[in-house]
Amino acid sequence: MHPTLHAVLVFLQTWWVELVSGVVIVAVVPLVAGYLVLMERKLMADMQARLGPMRVGPHGLLQPIADAVKLLIKEDIIPDHADKMIFWLAPVTSMTAALTALGGIAFGPSFLVARDINVGLLFVVGVSSMGLLGIMLGGWASNSHYSIIGALRSTAQLVSYETAGGLALISGLLLAGTLKIRAIVDAQEQYGVWFVFLAPVAFFIYLVASIAETNRAPFDLPEAESELVAGYMTEYSGFRWALYFLGEYTNMIVVGAVAATLFLGGWLRPFPNVRWMNWLDAVPALFTAAVGAYSVYRAGKQPVRVQVWFMWGVALACFVVVLILAAPLVVAPLKFMVPGLNGVFWFLLKITAYIYLFMWLRFTLPRYRFDQLMHLGWYILIPLAIVNVLAVGVAVILETAYGWNRWLAMLLATVITLAVALFLLRLNDKRAAPASSATPPEEPSAEDFYAG
Amino acid sequence: MQNQTLLGADELVLNMGPQHPSTHGVLRVKLKLDGERVRGTECVIGYLHRGVEKIAENRSYQQFAPYVDRMDYVAAVSNGLGYCEAVEKLLNVEAPPRAKVIRTIMTELQRIASHLIWLGTHALDIGALTPLFYCFREREEILKIFEKYCGARLTTHAFRIGGLQYEAYDSFEKDVERFCKDFERHIQEYVDLLTGNSIWIGRTRNVGVLSVEDCIALGASGPVLRASGVQWDLRKAQPYAAYDQYKFEIPVGTNGDTYDRYMVRMEEMRQSRLICLQAIEKIPAGPILGKVGKVLKPPAGEVYHSIEAPKGILGYYIVSDGTTQPYRVRIRPPSFINLQALDKMARGHLVADVVAIIGTLDIVLGEVDR
Amino acid sequence: MLDKVIFFFFAGVAILSAALMVTRRNAMHSAVFLITTLLATAGIFLQLRAEFIFIAQVILYVGGIMVLFIFVIMLVSLDVALHQVQFSRQKWVALFVTLALAAEVGVMLWSSRQVPGQGFLVPNAMPAGKLPANTEALAGRLFDAYLLPFEIASVLLLVAMVGAVVMAKKRT
Repeated sequence: MHPTLHAVLVFLQTWWVELVSGVVIVAVVPLVAGYLVLMERKLMADMQARLGPMRVGPHGLLQPIADAVKLLIKEDIIPDHADKMIFWLAPVTSMTAALTALGGIAFGPSFLVARDINVGLLFVVGVSSMGLLGIMLGGWASNSHYSIIGALRSTAQLVSYETAGGLALISGLLLAGTLKIRAIVDAQEQYGVWFVFLAPVAFFIYLVASIAETNRAPFDLPEAESELVAGYMTEYSGFRWALYFLGEYTNMIVVGAVAATLFLGGWLRPFPNVRWMNWLDAVPALFTAAVGAYSVYRAGKQPVRVQVWFMWGVALACFVVVLILAAPLVVAPLKFMVPGLNGVFWFLLKITAYIYLFMWLRFTLPRYRFDQLMHLGWYILIPLAIVNVLAVGVAVILETAYGWNRWLAMLLATVITLAVALFLLRLNDKRAAPASSATPPEEPSAEDFYAG
Repeated sequence: MQNQTLLGADELVLNMGPQHPSTHGVLRVKLKLDGERVRGTECVIGYLHRGVEKIAENRSYQQFAPYVDRMDYVAAVSNGLGYCEAVEKLLNVEAPPRAKVIRTIMTELQRIASHLIWLGTHALDIGALTPLFYCFREREEILKIFEKYCGARLTTHAFRIGGLQYEAYDSFEKDVERFCKDFERHIQEYVDLLTGNSIWIGRTRNVGVLSVEDCIALGASGPVLRASGVQWDLRKAQPYAAYDQYKFEIPVGTNGDTYDRYMVRMEEMRQSRLICLQAIEKIPAGPILGKVGKVLKPPAGEVYHSIEAPKGILGYYIVSDGTTQPYRVRIRPPSFINLQALDKMARGHLVADVVAIIGTLDIVLGEVDR
Repeated sequence: MLDKVIFFFFAGVAILSAALMVTRRNAMHSAVFLITTLLATAGIFLQLRAEFIFIAQVILYVGGIMVLFIFVIMLVSLDVALHQVQFSRQKWVALFVTLALAAEVGVMLWSSRQVPGQGFLVPNAMPAGKLPANTEALAGRLFDAYLLPFEIASVLLLVAMVGAVVMAKKRT
């Protein structure tokens, strides 16, 4: 046959898994991000003693679809003097960076888009940091003084906390010994324990840094200040704004995935090597079956036909998933598939728990002022992260070269880092007490601003 | 003495326009900024001016009473109390003891409700999303009591000149007691969320400091004055209604910053609750309306009567010329006078603090503009 | 075959972006095209199985240096640049230097044609699995054989950072 056609077919044959996964990610993740928005609204409502979206779909489950349709049919407004090319490019960059970063994540031992590249974790972190450009270009394209300042502030915040987050990741990588995603999770399986229990300070620093990196409360002043100083998203309406917004939630998924991979054991179930916990293998199937059964139960109670069909659709999807999950448990020759299939479930559960923590913090804590935010990043988190890297490095050497017990060495590292943290906080308090945000004006302000 | 900032702008004027989520009404604040620091502010008010004082000259004394509710619409009952007591002073009548006690209970409930709105919106401005909904949940209970009592939730017109029109409904004491018993738990919720929170402290400590001299020079009153260290509360200094019968503390701050004002108002809510609990134990029996005629024609003269409204000292200066309509009604609005302190408090702070400072003054534009 | 397609794609994007970058009037557009050029170059690195250099290029160049460029472009008034003459007075010198460089590159490529195992214009990518993992190999050499230059470079960077902070503080 024609050589080009042959080449194309060979290409498809070798790379079809990656292509299909890529398409799946681009198609599915924005939908998932939309449902994360719904989850946030429902959680926020629950913590605020109210109900949240209830009208569209049963208990508001079709709300994201309604929102997406509304945003798509909105008029596309481009400000007069805005730079058209960059105005178009900015949200696209933001979303593309987030989605590409997701391509490097492994959802299971064999569920990953990019075939386990050697610099896996670095790839994810590096590409997701390109979302910065989306913010800066967006602020620029709005052609408003305050948009630009808002974008610059947001970028400064992201850059500062990226440093701290990267250093925290390095501590975890010292334990793993490699950058490959699959190898990191395999290392956790070999150790028999998730890295969060070995290096809890690193996990905590990464948690705080990732909240700041995704512009979430309590670090969302560049976004919330848009009441006073226009944030970078102000001039965007309709689907462009939706791209930014979904990009932010996709970034949350990426950051959650990185934390889950490096610290929370990736696709491993809790207690991966303990035999008498093997009954946990049945949990994913049982959980999905319970969700499906509940959907069937509620389907009969819906007032509107569309909602009935929706619930039946959800139930059907659940039962299909249950079949896929339960088959390897029951059918003996398929037992090897159990870690892989269940792995996806555990991974998604961990990401959801991490994002739940993000949302919980958003509703509980007030907002940091921008200078307090930068102070926290540069004066406290970065020194702490550096000390943590040193301490974990020392602990790893003690374990490998001097034969210490692993838990003892890591406990020592944690204690040292916590001591340094206490010292830094004490130093911070002493420094903050006299220097409040109000510097008394240099000259007694004789200017009468009310005159004229 | 103007610094050149990086962008080549030396002093820019930023407008927090009349429509703004954080100015709690139609207030326009012109900020003169040097980079991030506020060098001066200028408030432009009057967007809600309705000419209430002028209207008073063309209404009879009873007809004017609903108008005062609309000034500080968040705490309508206190406004009504001040006005009714002022006219009673002019007429030289006293409300009967039962009316006084019920008035006290209603006013203290209204103080709690007003502080709840302050807390919810202030926390929202600083970024805490949740206390707003909790505060409104508690305020709902108080508004239900008001609705059962006089039919209205917000602009209540609860009192009449000379006493009350409505008798306390049957389960009044029980409702108030149940609310007060529940409220302690809810105050603890707010304390848990905010008081020890280091972010909250970072945003409010040393922000908007007002020294005692400045307070007195500017005429600030209410929690703003008390947080700077002056123990001056009209409920204790010049008791009115039934306040001299109850034991309660006046919370006083030390620094005069936003955090102290927050603590003072939280403690005031607790004290109000205690007053209510003491009051409902013994509501005297008797008439609810004093001896006033159907047509009110106070003798010519003038009177100034002030009460401790939730926002500060609310004063009524009424001049009567012997007819059924007052000659002049001048209202001393606590929010208006406290707002003057904004410039003093905001100088040298960052732009992000201005929102917190406006919130801590607890202004209501209906009262500022009348 | 696939290698050739990918290489020509990245190389084409790089050259096109570079040409667009130097011909735009709008500084921000130039910056965006520079980003595209850098990403295409990173793609070529990846195709050569130098994955660490690829991601280092993305993180440092695109995520660091280009962000800095864009910061500066945003903070400086650009109306001036839009009205300036685009081609400078030294165009003859520039032309001469460009031709000289092109000649050098051409001679280099022509001579590499005769080296066995090397294709003309398209180097063969190393077969997968033959190289040890990039990061580990690089780290091994950097901290072992080239430790002194590494430390000197770190001190240089530290000096630059401290100098920048001192200069910035002096202004305020």
